[in-house]
Amino acid sequence: MAHPDIVWDKNHFGQTRRSDLWWLSPLLVFLGLGTFIVYATWAAFQNKYYVSGPYISPFYSPEIFGDSPRAWFGPEPAWIPRFLPYSPALLILWIPGLFRFTCYYYRGAYYKAFWADPPACAVSEPRTHYRGERTFPLIFQNLHRYFLRLSYPVWLVLVYDVWRACWFKDGFGIGLGTLILAVNVVLLACYIFGCHAFRHLIGGALDQISRHPARRRIYNCVTCLNGNHKKWAWASLGSVAFSDIYVRLCAMGIWHDWRIF
Amino acid sequence: MPGNALFRIWRGDAQGGKFQDFSTPISPGMVVLDAVHKIQAEQAPDLAVRWNCKAGKCGSCSAEINGMPKLMCMTRLSDLNLDIPVVLEPMRTFPSIRDLVTDVSWNFRVKKTIPKFTPRKPDAPDGAWRIAQADADRVQEFRKCIECFLCQDVCHVLREHHKHDEFIGPRFFVYAAALEMHPLDTADRIADLRHKFSIGYCNITTCCRQVCPESITITENAIIPLKERVVDRYFDPLKRFFRIL
Ligand code: SF4
Ligand code: SF4
Ligand code: FES
Ligand code: FES
Repeated sequence: MAHPDIVWDKNHFGQTRRSDLWWLSPLLVFLGLGTFIVYATWAAFQNKYYVSGPYISPFYSPEIFGDSPRAWFGPEPAWIPRFLPYSPALLILWIPGLFRFTCYYYRGAYYKAFWADPPACAVSEPRTHYRGERTFPLIFQNLHRYFLRLSYPVWLVLVYDVWRACWFKDGFGIGLGTLILAVNVVLLACYIFGCHAFRHLIGGALDQISRHPARRRIYNCVTCLNGNHKKWAWASLGSVAFSDIYVRLCAMGIWHDWRIF
Repeated sequence: MPGNALFRIWRGDAQGGKFQDFSTPISPGMVVLDAVHKIQAEQAPDLAVRWNCKAGKCGSCSAEINGMPKLMCMTRLSDLNLDIPVVLEPMRTFPSIRDLVTDVSWNFRVKKTIPKFTPRKPDAPDGAWRIAQADADRVQEFRKCIECFLCQDVCHVLREHHKHDEFIGPRFFVYAAALEMHPLDTADRIADLRHKFSIGYCNITTCCRQVCPESITITENAIIPLKERVVDRYFDPLKRFFRIL
């Protein structure tokens, strides 16, 4: 459609007539995500203090190759070149990492907070050139549902970890760490199964969902979770980081797990 | 609240313009459009403003109030900070006609490019269709649109990057979603959505949803589901061949 003639062309970065605190929300996102990324990167490269008693940090699970007794296939294999930094977290963390990176909620949030595209609604941008997600490179955001599919088994492993976290040396029990890992998988479930791509795959693609009563029921639940997707995204991000911190502090001996029974 | 409030109103046309200040007495219950009418009646009879219903249903009085796209008739003065001037401007994404009035006709031209509703054959010999309520519910939300074009105004793809030639904007993704998800419709708009309407330009920053006066969940219920349909067609061979989740 022919481009209408607009008189409002000459904008500069940050120009707006908004008088509210429009910068606050992108700033909080920047600080929140920034802190998480820095911490998660640091934690992933530690390669120690990720197992304590029956607990394993969600950053390191499933531990495919590693030095802890929880490793599935023993220690780091010889074919991984020694000059590369190794940590079991690196083999797994790219799945939840790319899942969150391509998540529709996070995309909208970090485009604003980290790329000022736009800085906030009705606030001018630093660049005039724009491609969006229409072409390379951001067209790859369309692969989100592949990372969703990879996240199902990772989440199941974390559920199994909660079960393992109930088995102490002296038998069945519940510790504070068990509860933390359990809350974490519940929050992760609310995030993963409220995903927009999941909502589409489970029923959103159907125009006559009334013909599929079972899927319709699941679709309605997913829609309900999806309505709070942003909240689940942040809650689960916080709980994953907190679970890692908890296990790490226990493993380092700084904190002693509190055994409930 | 009673007293005077200062309104800083943009005056001008396509050639340019400037702000003019008006102080006017206000009273409880007033909305921005009331104040504009008072100024027009008492101080500036040539002030151009478009309105019709004063009830948030005709979508005519769209403007930018303190920098945010809003309906003038639905913005109460009691919700604004009257210690500072209330800044009123026309929508920036469309060409100026005069003062607060913009030319939104681009939107009507865009609408004509979207493939029309194409129902399947009637279900009954009398020419009637049967639709389950559950299937009607989903598209019902999109029919609340009053075509105020505030979402088009705030969308940075149009507002900042002027992609009017390639991008149809959130209002027409809502329209396309209403047709595409309609239980009776058989037309296929997916290729157009990707190529001609450039749904990929939308980076789901949700400004459109935040300004919609009808509270249509534009991004989550219209745009993202349409993006997912584009993914089905072009980026997900696994689903096409194995029908997996
Ligand atoms: S979410 Fe998409 S369509 Fe809506 S304002 Fe943002 S870029 Fe525009
Ligand atoms: S979708 Fe909402 S904001 Fe956009 S034109 Fe319709 S009513 Fe206005
Ligand atoms: S959209 Fe957020 S996880 Fe899929
Ligand atoms: S005058 Fe009709 S919506 Fe404001």
